[in-house]
Amino acid sequence: MERSPFRWLLPIGVLALLVAAWHFIVTLNNLPPYVLPAPGAVLETLIRDRAVLFGSMLVTLETTALALLLAVAGGVGLALIFASARIVEFSLFPIAVILQVTPVIAVAPLMLIYMSTDSAVLLCAWIVAFFPVLSNTTLGLNSVDPNLRDLFRLAGASRWQTLALLRLPTALPYFLGGLRIAGGLALIGAVVGEIAAGSAGQGSGLAFRIVESAYRLNIPRLFAALLLISLAGILIYAVLSLLSWLALRRWHESEIGGPA
Amino acid sequence: MTADVNAPAPQTDAPLLALRGVGKRFANAVTALDGLDMEVRQGEFLSLLGPSGCGKSTALRLIAGLSEPSEGRLDWHGEEQARRAAGQPSIGFVFQEPTLMPWASVFGNVHLPLKLAGIGRREAEPAIAEALELVGLSGFRDAYPRELSGGMKMRVSIARALVTKPRLLLMDEPFAALDEITRFKLNNDLLDVWRRLGCTIVFVTHSVFESVYLSSRILVFRARPGRVVAELAIDPNQPRDEAFRTSPEYAGLCRETSQALARAMDPR
Repeated sequence: MERSPFRWLLPIGVLALLVAAWHFIVTLNNLPPYVLPAPGAVLETLIRDRAVLFGSMLVTLETTALALLLAVAGGVGLALIFASARIVEFSLFPIAVILQVTPVIAVAPLMLIYMSTDSAVLLCAWIVAFFPVLSNTTLGLNSVDPNLRDLFRLAGASRWQTLALLRLPTALPYFLGGLRIAGGLALIGAVVGEIAAGSAGQGSGLAFRIVESAYRLNIPRLFAALLLISLAGILIYAVLSLLSWLALRRWHESEIGGPA
Repeated sequence: MTADVNAPAPQTDAPLLALRGVGKRFANAVTALDGLDMEVRQGEFLSLLGPSGCGKSTALRLIAGLSEPSEGRLDWHGEEQARRAAGQPSIGFVFQEPTLMPWASVFGNVHLPLKLAGIGRREAEPAIAEALELVGLSGFRDAYPRELSGGMKMRVSIARALVTKPRLLLMDEPFAALDEITRFKLNNDLLDVWRRLGCTIVFVTHSVFESVYLSSRILVFRARPGRVVAELAIDPNQPRDEAFRTSPEYAGLCRETSQALARAMDPR
């Protein structure tokens, strides 16, 4: 099953079947496009409005990527500080948890008051992406095999050597798992930020296009923008999975036998 | 050098290390060792034999310097004393599990102790090749641990312990998790390594048969509190091979050792 072409054909077939069902429901019931557009109409809009829509997609992807990058820098940096001084971990971890459990949609309007739209959207995306990187990397840095730790001690390894040659490699699979979650969350955070900003009449990302299309009852365009957001999410997931596979394929159980 | 089971064993009577009145209590108030007196002699193959919880692994960790005794002292002698004074103890340690870094190749794993001492890949290459040759893994330097069998992983672990050419090799039940066929093979290869390198080995085990087959001396431990209750010496020049394993002498020594162990486990 793992290697068989059915692994690819089956999900594509199911998807095609769903799209066909959608098409026939629309045509057989003569539904107007402002209620439910046919898949063909969505595709048509996507091509006609490509300049606006792909431009918006680029904006959203840029925000997501930048937020993810900052989340990695902040999350890994803070995890390293946590790992070297437990007292910092005790002091700061609750704050990270508070940031994580407070719904970002509820905080977004507040951020828009104090910041420019772009920074507020970026901050929304960063807040949700930061936590999985931090918590997974911290977990990884603290998951060192005690025997290997003893071995490093016996060999007279310095703190720096233990970190670079033992703790960081141990943490890598955990970090990459966190990164994959963070990638999806960063996109959600960016979309939430854009919607909050869009409702204030600003922004130019994909989520803003959705809000705008809804106001104008341009439902085909709403679907087209939604399709692009899904595509953006798939793209991010695929890139991060590839990264994970490249880093772990020789040694980690999770990546043996090909990318997930 | 050639492998020869009849080669003279590298034993002398010169003491290498003496433990005097050593006790070890853990934070949870468990007394692992109490009043332990034992000696390690230069070049011997010493087995520490006892039931689980008798403190034999604790004694090994104290010798390695991985923990400090709660009371008593360790006296090092001769060359090793001088090395310790210079802060360069010459010890190799093999754990019960292979304890390999899964992200590094066999070469990388064996390189580790040298790398930590600041010796680069190229400079370390001859020593690594030699260590891998000693354990019969020359053809596997680029393999990753997950690609190896349990016995081969343990060989890598032993090669890593040998790569610094330690004078003292400490082994904590290294073959306990292996099947019998693999264990017999590794027993023979370990004896071969011991004779070729002339190092001292302290070997923790709970197997009477393994300790008799390997050792030139056996210390039998009792539990609660852990201390040595019996000592058995076996002629180190006795060839250790399949003929020995099936001989009446071997059977007799095993019986004697088993009886000592049974007395050690007697609650009185």
